Amino acid sequence: MYAIKEAVIAKEHSHIPVDTTIFYMDMRTHGKDFEKYYDSAKNQHGVNFIRSRIYEVTEAVDGSGDAVIRYSTEDGQIGVEQFDLVVLSVGIEPGDSSKELAKLLHLKVNKFGFAELETLTGVNTSRDGVFAAGAFSGPRDIPETVIQASAAAGAASALLSEERGTLVSEKQYPPELQVAGDVIRTGVFICHCGVNIGSVVDVPAVVEYAKTLPTVVYATEKIYACSQDAQASIKALISEQKLNRVVVSSCSPRTHEPLFQETLREAGLNAHLFDMANIRDQCSWVHMNEPEQATEKAKDLTKLAIIRASMQQPVQPIFMAMNHAALVIGGGVAGMTSALSLADQGYEVHLVEKDKTLGGIAKRFSTGFRGEDVKAFVADLIESVSKHSNIKLHVGVGIKEVGGFLGSFTTTLDNGEQIAHGVALLTIGGQEYKPTEYLYGQDDRAMTQIEMDEALVNHDSKLENAQNYVFIQCVGSRNEENPYCSRTCCTKSVKLALKVKTKNPGANVFILYRDMRTYGYFEEDYELARRIGIIFVRYSENDKPVLTKEGDTLVVTVRDHVLDRPLEIETDILCLAAAIKAPEDGKKLSKWFKIPLNAEGFFLEAHMKLRPVDFSTNGVFMAGIAHSPKNMEEVVAQAKAAAGRAGVALSKEMVESAGLNAFVDKRKCTACGTCESICSAKAVSVDLVNRLAVVNDALCKGCGACASSCRCGAISLRGCTNEQIVQMLNSL
Amino acid sequence: MIMGECQVDVNQPDINVFKPKIAAFLCNWCSYAGADLAGVGRIQYPASIRTIRVPCSGRINPLYILKAMANGADGVLVSGCHPGDCHYISGNYVARRKFALIQSLLKHVGLEDDRVSFSWVSAAEGGRFAEVVKGVTERVTALGPNKGVFKVDDGGATDE
Repeated sequence: MYAIKEAVIAKEHSHIPVDTTIFYMDMRTHGKDFEKYYDSAKNQHGVNFIRSRIYEVTEAVDGSGDAVIRYSTEDGQIGVEQFDLVVLSVGIEPGDSSKELAKLLHLKVNKFGFAELETLTGVNTSRDGVFAAGAFSGPRDIPETVIQASAAAGAASALLSEERGTLVSEKQYPPELQVAGDVIRTGVFICHCGVNIGSVVDVPAVVEYAKTLPTVVYATEKIYACSQDAQASIKALISEQKLNRVVVSSCSPRTHEPLFQETLREAGLNAHLFDMANIRDQCSWVHMNEPEQATEKAKDLTKLAIIRASMQQPVQPIFMAMNHAALVIGGGVAGMTSALSLADQGYEVHLVEKDKTLGGIAKRFSTGFRGEDVKAFVADLIESVSKHSNIKLHVGVGIKEVGGFLGSFTTTLDNGEQIAHGVALLTIGGQEYKPTEYLYGQDDRAMTQIEMDEALVNHDSKLENAQNYVFIQCVGSRNEENPYCSRTCCTKSVKLALKVKTKNPGANVFILYRDMRTYGYFEEDYELARRIGIIFVRYSENDKPVLTKEGDTLVVTVRDHVLDRPLEIETDILCLAAAIKAPEDGKKLSKWFKIPLNAEGFFLEAHMKLRPVDFSTNGVFMAGIAHSPKNMEEVVAQAKAAAGRAGVALSKEMVESAGLNAFVDKRKCTACGTCESICSAKAVSVDLVNRLAVVNDALCKGCGACASSCRCGAISLRGCTNEQIVQMLNSL
Repeated sequence: MIMGECQVDVNQPDINVFKPKIAAFLCNWCSYAGADLAGVGRIQYPASIRTIRVPCSGRINPLYILKAMANGADGVLVSGCHPGDCHYISGNYVARRKFALIQSLLKHVGLEDDRVSFSWVSAAEGGRFAEVVKGVTERVTALGPNKGVFKVDDGGATDE
């Protein structure tokens, strides 16, 4: 992924056309949405991919200083290419200080020097109370790292639950400046975001333009407005220039508004005397070839933000009740792990499972990827959740209705029971793709990986007597219908193949794959598999293996990538690596909790890298396969992470809402009731005695439907008033 | 300088090509997020829209659309969550109803249909957002600059 990203960004940032080629053996883009990025690099960005082995890299003899790469493709052809720059994708090894730390703490390390994690804990080192997150325990990408970090924090929180809050001191802010009636003094900060904005938008020109606008008394540029020093500078300038409104033109308010609002608070200004113009995600990044137009747009967007900010009045937060119970939906490994973690943190947990037993898909597994006894693990989990005094189980019952929001959800179950809770964790798992290809369902020798696993454990006669096995990877994955990788299947097939081959060394075992994605430490299993004689044949997407039946014999025909000839393999067992698909209940939960799904039906997180278990909707979290396919250890880590994040919400005494609610101008209201009838939150009602609409601040969600329907313009919305919108439109 | 030689820059941008300015109201939870996603995916689209972020598409008073046109915007785009997915449950239905009502008013004041557009874009639909903007820009460009609202060709008499 790193290589693909660098190739794509190099092309994007360069002023001259750049040709990029990636030489690789297997492309391991198994993370969520990584496959799509790989596809777009190939198809949209024109990155070349050459599956190859490198013989040597030497200096060109033409005196140019270029490098020459000599390589061989799969079919044995030798190629030679000259490049201006060669970038090596080097691996990751533990640093000296990490190894030193592991020694000091007496932590168990694996043979590579990385800290060894206890099986199926996600983050536990060999020492109680010492948790590891990120690359300390092995190569890890950003989403995985963030997940482990949240999981570790949650695990620590569980251990320290008795002491929670005892050492906490509340952050002190300077007293808030009273700005009512003051002359508006707006400060504008235009961000370069390195080259992300600066290479397309003429930032200095936008700064100069901002200086000409009404209320602006100060405007400047920043390389990275969100950096520590820029923040410090903004705070200093607020007091120096006596600014009472701030505008930042940079990236998306959806990610960075809270950061800048915090800066304002620290400078003594109300957090809402602020607006942001998105001149990156919605400007420089999408108008890369039109710098003049992007600059004009950036100027206009900045102007709109200045108008909105300058008209902003201070808004005070509203505090509402926080119910400190959690609802976990889905009683599989993810759900039970989250429930236990939250229960250990001291919170009341309701665990709902629609099936009549807990355990989810894990009930069908026996041995984990690190040799774990999964049956015992699952049984342990079930016993723990059943015994824990903080956990209330609701097994064999589904959900009928959900209402409310962070701090005050009410969920009604099928049996009529109502659960009041403050947060919700959605851990509903996924489903196995039922192949329509390869005679699955018609011939019982064609089976999925889970089925083969069960058959092996049950000593099924089909497998006891089998001599020839063929595994086909990517069945239902990485195609147009499901353009993603199911992540676990390459490792699973290798594990199954190793099992049958070691039991019966004389067996003929073939794995037909597109890319071998035995990532991280699973590479060792892949290496062992090759060494003991399991045959790996690579097939391409448009030349898939074909299954025919000759009499009663199953024959798989596949083009061998080395011989470049078709191979006909008579097989006794055909194991299909069936895709992992999104859960069917995703849509229902999406409507009930107002959370989005991605194009494939998996839950869409607030931020792919930095918030992998949060939804944008406050108070709702996710974990497990419902987020994306992953193996059991990864599920456990994510479940603990969700519990960690939910724990943060639950640890607050009250729910703080920004207070961007509707408000009524008494003088204009005619008490017609239009707002009351249109409000979906039942937050506004007409007081017939005083002939005035009254807003219930605790219920108001801040949608503005009332404000757009009011015939008199009497009801408006803080942060998005009628006047602000009209002024912004006037300025266009 | 050599006399007689003159370099003509054949790549001179055609400054006479009409570039519309379109006011775009995007709901924070879906459409604005979808637009951000288009940015993350570097999906390119015309630089014609000027975005105003609103909490919900239901926040849009139809009079804002008239205001935008009266101020010289060449087009307006209102984009919200897909039916059933509104973060505030029904705000997008409110928007759709208002939009349907204003369509006839806009026609009455002589505004071309294609100037004002309404769309559903979800937070996961970065590509679709780009397509929506491209489509809206094309349609508005074809109509030419905003000729002004309230110009009724029938001599001023009302239809009623």
